[in-house]
Amino acid sequence: MTNQLLRFTTAGSVDDGKSTLIGRLLFDSKSIFEDQLEAVEASSAKKGFDYVDLSLLTDGLKSEREQGITIDVAYRYFATPKRKFIIADTPGHIQYTRNMVTGASTANLALILIDARKGLVEQTHRHSFIASLLKIPHVIVCVNKMDLVNYDESVYDKIVEDYKAFSSKLEVSDIQFVPISALVGDNVVNRSEKMDWYQGATLLHMLESVHIESDYNHIDSRFPVQYVVRPQSKEYHDFRGYAGRVAGGIFRPGDDVLVLPSGFNSKIKEIFFGEQKMSEAFAPMSVTITLEDEIDISRGDIIAKPNNHPETEQDIDLMLCWMNQRPVNLSGKFFVRHTTREVRGVLKEIQYKLDINTLQRVENVEQLTMNEIARVKIRTAQPLCYDSYRKNRITGSLILVDEGTNETVAAGMIV
Amino acid sequence: MSQYYLSHLKELESEAIYVIREVVAQFEKPALLFSGGKDSIVLAYLSRKAFYPARIPFPLVHIDTGHNFPETMEYRDWLVNELGVKLVVGSVQESIDKGRAKEETGFNASRNALQTVTLLDTIEQHKYDAAMGGARRDEEKARAKERFFSHRDEFGQWDPKNQRPELWNIFNGRKQQGEHFRVFPISNWTEMDVWQYIFTENIPIPKLYFSHEREVITRDGAILSTSPWLKLKPGEVPEKKIVRFRTCGDMPITGAVESDADTLEKIIIEVAASRKTERGTRADDKRSETAMEDRKKSGYF
Repeated sequence: MTNQLLRFTTAGSVDDGKSTLIGRLLFDSKSIFEDQLEAVEASSAKKGFDYVDLSLLTDGLKSEREQGITIDVAYRYFATPKRKFIIADTPGHIQYTRNMVTGASTANLALILIDARKGLVEQTHRHSFIASLLKIPHVIVCVNKMDLVNYDESVYDKIVEDYKAFSSKLEVSDIQFVPISALVGDNVVNRSEKMDWYQGATLLHMLESVHIESDYNHIDSRFPVQYVVRPQSKEYHDFRGYAGRVAGGIFRPGDDVLVLPSGFNSKIKEIFFGEQKMSEAFAPMSVTITLEDEIDISRGDIIAKPNNHPETEQDIDLMLCWMNQRPVNLSGKFFVRHTTREVRGVLKEIQYKLDINTLQRVENVEQLTMNEIARVKIRTAQPLCYDSYRKNRITGSLILVDEGTNETVAAGMIV
Repeated sequence: MSQYYLSHLKELESEAIYVIREVVAQFEKPALLFSGGKDSIVLAYLSRKAFYPARIPFPLVHIDTGHNFPETMEYRDWLVNELGVKLVVGSVQESIDKGRAKEETGFNASRNALQTVTLLDTIEQHKYDAAMGGARRDEEKARAKERFFSHRDEFGQWDPKNQRPELWNIFNGRKQQGEHFRVFPISNWTEMDVWQYIFTENIPIPKLYFSHEREVITRDGAILSTSPWLKLKPGEVPEKKIVRFRTCGDMPITGAVESDADTLEKIIIEVAASRKTERGTRADDKRSETAMEDRKKSGYF
């Protein structure tokens, strides 16, 4: 058996106990080292706490430790004998939607925390909406602080019911629920002795067993060319390899392929992984492909199949999350980065803005400000070869880069 | 019937290769910062895989503090030859001689902080616009927030509050003249991943990592190798111990651990059972709670 990698994102409001939960997962799965624990014990004592504040394990930077809040995405690692985990730990408060979107973009799973005393709050809606917008395939809702509601089953049931009612409006296919106390450790790694009424799995067990094999698209073959390998050596004089990371489907030597946007046809000759010749390649493998025919292919092209290929268009509909301090107006121009391609683009139309707390559409909008999410149309100078984000998170996503400052200013999901 | 998923190690490997290729595709003059430690060794091997059958299309840059373990230098020269890659050396001694850097004094003097000056000078002199390194996010809390593509201003500084958001696997390497990027292809690897990879790929590593007999002293709980650069305090008497190193830093500040792990298998078992982080053996991180963050902001790796 080989270990798999599960990437998950955590989202919670301030004081939901998110950092404590992560600290608990790391601590109970024995992923904390002695010197890290000693440092946290010392800072807890310095702050005058009479317990070890596990949340301090995840507070990274000086400014955060001073303010006691997390201000950016931090990545944490732990492993069990079954899986390796990467946590994208993102802050919960409203001004950091951009961080949640960033953390969610690479996640297989979202952990959503709800304070059992408070039930669903605005931020629960916001986090769940972002998980759905970014098409995170799996969601686990942790009803936390059960110790503060006397481990009452009816409190938990009510929250589960409320969440199900709310989430029916979202596109998340796989939702699980678990009642926990991160502070005490109930149902996080170890089963709770206080909640006999709960027959389900612990949080860690869910994380270890959720089915992630189908999270990548293995049906629609897509290979964005990253780099052309030309050895310039006597031995490999005529070698022309197309290096890239498979974004979808399966490629095998002998397959007929279509290269976009040029439209040339050819056949796969060989597939290399390092010096090893492969009989097939699938997402997310980084390989080098050679073709039977000498055709002109460069970075930004996509190798697909003649009967199954991406759309090629210049007018593109997006859900856009604006991430920069400076707002954007209609006709704003950018560099558009999509897979390995960069083209110029312009914001043509803002169809509506979404209030991410109520999911209401706001129309007649001419400007987007930081952390706003909108349905927009852009036009690109050259066509993009894309899929809908729903079909493929790699060929369906793009970023906008400011032409002046070079900052990444927006994330787009192609509709 | 094939399984259409990768083991975590294969997934991390493909991710790192993807990042390395992005660097070569997006930048004009990239380089790989090579310390001689296991992380940068893995990076060099991943680079070979990324461009096979072509040679690695960038040089290895070694910031030589002049206080290296001889084993590290021997290994470096062997590897450069093995990979057929160009080596560029930036010398801390030269920076000191030119008056660009000032040597620390005292018993715990180290050239660690001086590396920053030499590193930035070397990047500027050769006009490297991207410097790849083997830093990992699991190493230290300030590194947990580092991006794959980390933007540095014209002074080489890191601004943690103003980092570019990094979405999906779309890396934005656009920059102004004079700015550069630090890139960390193995960001998502843990110490254990690195060891498992070295083991499964059968990658040769410096002898320092394996247990051996060495003359050492014990100072403030750290086991330090004797060397021409280690000033002994009164009462410190060198003794022979069976030790190995978990990191390959500068000789006077890199602590050893007592260990009889003389094979990769034994090292992996030891790492799995270890209750202290590998940087726990580095005196440079112990100077203050924010030692790494402060050094990173000023341009350290």
